[in-house]
Amino acid sequence: MSGFFSQAQQLQAPDVAYQAVLPMLLVLGAACVSVLFEAFLPRERRWGWQVALTVVTLAGAAISLIVYGNDAPKAGVKTFSDVLTIDRPTLFLWGTLLLLAFGAVLLIADRSVEPGGAFVAQAAIRPGTLQDRVQAAKVGMQTEVFPLTLFALGGMMVFCAANDLLTMFVALEVLSLPLYLMAGLARRRRLLSQEAAVKYFLLGAFASAFFLYGIALLYGYAGSVKLADIATAAAGTNRSDTLLFAGMGLLVVGLLFKASVGPFHTWTPDVYQGSPTPVTAFMAACTKVAAFGGILRVLMGAFASTNWEWRGVLWGVAIASMAIGAVLGLTQTDVKRMIAYSSVAHAGFLLVGSIALTSKGVSGTLFYLLAYGLTTVATFGIVSLVRDADGEASHLSQWAGLAKRSPIVAGVFTFLLLALAGIPLTSGFVGKFVVFSAALQSGMAPLVVVALVFSAVAAFFYLRVIVLMYFSEPAADGPTVTVPGAFTTMAITIGALATLVLGVFPSFALDWAGAGGFTF
Amino acid sequence: MNHVLPVTTSGGGGMSALLIVLLVLPLVGAGAVALLRANDRTAKLTALAFSLVELVLAIAVWVGYEPGGTRLQMTSSVEWIASFGVHVSFGIDGIALVMIAVIALLVPVIIGAGWVEKLPAGRTSGGFLSLILLQEAITIGVFSATDVFLFYVLFEIMLIPMYFLIGGYGGARRQYAAVKFFLYSFLGGLIMLASAIGAYAYSADHLGGSGTFDWATLVTVLKTAPTSTQVWLFLGFFLAFAIKAPLVPLHTWLPDAAAEAPIGVAVLLVGVLDKVGTFGFLRYCLPMFPAASKQLAPLVLVLAVAGVIYGSLLATGQRDMKRLIAYVSIAHFGFIALGIFAFSSQSEVGAVSYMLNHSLATGMLILVLGMIIARGGSTLISDYGGMAKVTPLLGGMLLIAGLSTLSLPGTNSFVSEFLVLIGSYPREPVYTVIATVGMVLAALYVLWLYQRIMQGPVRGTALVGLAGGPGTAVAPEIGAKSAIGDLSKREIAVLAPLVALILVLGVYPKPVLDVITPSVGATMTEVGFADPVAAQGGN
Repeated sequence: MSGFFSQAQQLQAPDVAYQAVLPMLLVLGAACVSVLFEAFLPRERRWGWQVALTVVTLAGAAISLIVYGNDAPKAGVKTFSDVLTIDRPTLFLWGTLLLLAFGAVLLIADRSVEPGGAFVAQAAIRPGTLQDRVQAAKVGMQTEVFPLTLFALGGMMVFCAANDLLTMFVALEVLSLPLYLMAGLARRRRLLSQEAAVKYFLLGAFASAFFLYGIALLYGYAGSVKLADIATAAAGTNRSDTLLFAGMGLLVVGLLFKASVGPFHTWTPDVYQGSPTPVTAFMAACTKVAAFGGILRVLMGAFASTNWEWRGVLWGVAIASMAIGAVLGLTQTDVKRMIAYSSVAHAGFLLVGSIALTSKGVSGTLFYLLAYGLTTVATFGIVSLVRDADGEASHLSQWAGLAKRSPIVAGVFTFLLLALAGIPLTSGFVGKFVVFSAALQSGMAPLVVVALVFSAVAAFFYLRVIVLMYFSEPAADGPTVTVPGAFTTMAITIGALATLVLGVFPSFALDWAGAGGFTF
Repeated sequence: MNHVLPVTTSGGGGMSALLIVLLVLPLVGAGAVALLRANDRTAKLTALAFSLVELVLAIAVWVGYEPGGTRLQMTSSVEWIASFGVHVSFGIDGIALVMIAVIALLVPVIIGAGWVEKLPAGRTSGGFLSLILLQEAITIGVFSATDVFLFYVLFEIMLIPMYFLIGGYGGARRQYAAVKFFLYSFLGGLIMLASAIGAYAYSADHLGGSGTFDWATLVTVLKTAPTSTQVWLFLGFFLAFAIKAPLVPLHTWLPDAAAEAPIGVAVLLVGVLDKVGTFGFLRYCLPMFPAASKQLAPLVLVLAVAGVIYGSLLATGQRDMKRLIAYVSIAHFGFIALGIFAFSSQSEVGAVSYMLNHSLATGMLILVLGMIIARGGSTLISDYGGMAKVTPLLGGMLLIAGLSTLSLPGTNSFVSEFLVLIGSYPREPVYTVIATVGMVLAALYVLWLYQRIMQGPVRGTALVGLAGGPGTAVAPEIGAKSAIGDLSKREIAVLAPLVALILVLGVYPKPVLDVITPSVGATMTEVGFADPVAAQGGN
């Protein structure tokens, strides 16, 4: 009996560094409040309250992050019984996530581009009908998307900070499940959207299963799910390498799936195309940040010492991803699918930085994520503007001659495409530069050359869009460019300005990204 | 965080400031002209005014440059990306100075030449001229950058205005040509970026700290790098430059781009932008990777001589005037590359002066052909004949430009070509002798071009119309289209400075050679080659 009591006394609540995790708690707390809003507020008033809550939460989280980040210990803080690590990369990733989520939420909240918002209100009402318009005018917008977004964001933040694999898995589910739902919410082209949701869910479930099986094998190997323990175990040689590498392989497949790295990218084009564009923006920008945050932490934390064994495989994966993205991107006729393949190619570039396994590799990848995310949010913002009677005119041929009709939209889009292609004086170039120089310095010169060649190949499909917009005659019954409301304008402006500023004066962001390394 | 950026200058703050003004002025002009979209005439006048002021400034820079002074003059530097040791730093040597002077001269000339040119529907002169001025600014930046990272940035940025100039204002196949041009150069640039990062990484290993992109520092650091390292880095830079100054077999974008580009843009493209390639050989490949340059020189020489012969032969066979020019240029770039990689001071001085003289001669040739095309409305040689009878002045101009292109003694190009050949012979007799065949072929393609367009009876659909049937010879006073007149005063004014320079520099090249020679000497010292002639104890 006394043994039981003494054990119970040992069981203490873990210390929580509340100030460090405040941004995350704010987001998850607001997600719960947001659910209550859905339950108790009358329909007509939900949109306003939800937007206010989400924006205030993101701002509050950002402020608490900045306040904490200013005098955070350089070595980082471990909290919740060491399952979360709030170190410099975590802070940078959180900041990136909050900023990108802010941009995406602006797009999600917009009701002027598509009356009634981009989300389905009631499955029985067909889009474009009288009932639909009445409903849009009366009820406003369907608002379940806000709590879903906040939950997904909260999951991403935990995912980036997770210091053991089980926490990481829970976070992965928290971030994934809302995304599956959000993918199916499109007001127009519902079948595509629902197909996208089902596909994403099924493939995502598989990926989660891989991830979990990988954790099980690694637990069998190391007797622990903590990254540091796995690293310690891997440093000794008397255990089964099969368990280690099988476990690692399965784990990494799960992560690469989330990051849409080829050849684990197959969901990406369909889901990007089918999802409502604001959700695609959120998914493309934020999920990538979270997934690569996780990849960096896992590779650096648990497997750095065995990199000789697995680095060659990830070389191959990176090359495959760049090749798939760049080559298949050439054949696309839909803007959103094209950007999806572009994201696969970018995932390959990011992987090049991630497997450099140096502090420069980490800071380069972090910067790349920030730059790419901001450009992507603005890009999808513009994609949502070009519309015809059936909603977004995403077929490339419909973009012909756009520069004549709306030179500003075409100009901004051109700039963003050049950034995605990695032309100097845009953030895309600086991102590529820091990632590739890190890779080169850790002895991966051939991979860098391959990556640069694929950058040139990928540039072709961005150029194709520019050619279409500027040098082709507009179609007679072409789409119109909707004048965006304040929210979408703001999102595009933030994204485009950041693309320029990070391209011309990248020093400050590079300094933040390189302020410190991971703690395990 | 609010520290004052330290700007370091040398060679007199005033002269450094002058170079900066030279860089910024066309940018201001581009902005000003872009705002004048509505009014074509005002836009043209504004652009011309800016380009003329720029020319005056360029002359001032030329006067202020001290040939006997330090290697890089009028330098200025500001820190840009601290964590990578990147600076925004500018400075010029004699080679860069010559190229800057050429573009400053050519821009007002092409603005004048295109004064009445009709743009495609829906395009404005404001947009066109603003892109031209933007191109001028960036190109001057490329020639005066002394930080390798900055050079790369400008090297890639330089593609964008040219891409829109070709794609937006060019001929029927302009989209294809513009994309091909962009992708070729962009790919080359990216490979160069890999080498630039490699050079940076090497400097980081050897200097400690974060490494540097400063050109002068990299030269001293890389000079001692093992040859194998140098070869890899050299190849990256070389590929980019070989695409830019097209060496066979990387040349295929140029005929398309030059043929589809509007006349003025073709002058800029062939006259100045392509010279960035040969400039890059001299500024980056040779000094930074001397051992690799020596080792790989035979490869480059083969490509160079192949270019001379191949370009000349294809030029002879062309039916389209603009494509002919492109192949002539490929042949001339072969000569320049031969001069550079023969490693004697005569051949190098010849190559650099060839860069200048090719710009003048070919630039004028393109302009004159543009005037012919503007009259006849066709770019095919076979649509013309006997034109000199209708337009004798234009015929004379074509002859001057042509003779300068084939390097007739007394014209500017002769001096350069002679220096290249005489300088290359002692070290590379075989290549030099083969390249000399190019001179013979030059006479063939130039004189044949002149003969077909200007001499014989007046004929061809462009001149006499279809009434008499193709190929029918008609007396000029009856058949010639009344619209075809001789050179206007504007056209004479545009061509006059070029004619003057071609003749003056043909007889008295000293001012140019004086500026070039010390910089070439410094480059030779960096490569570590002694002159073969001097080694034998003087002439």
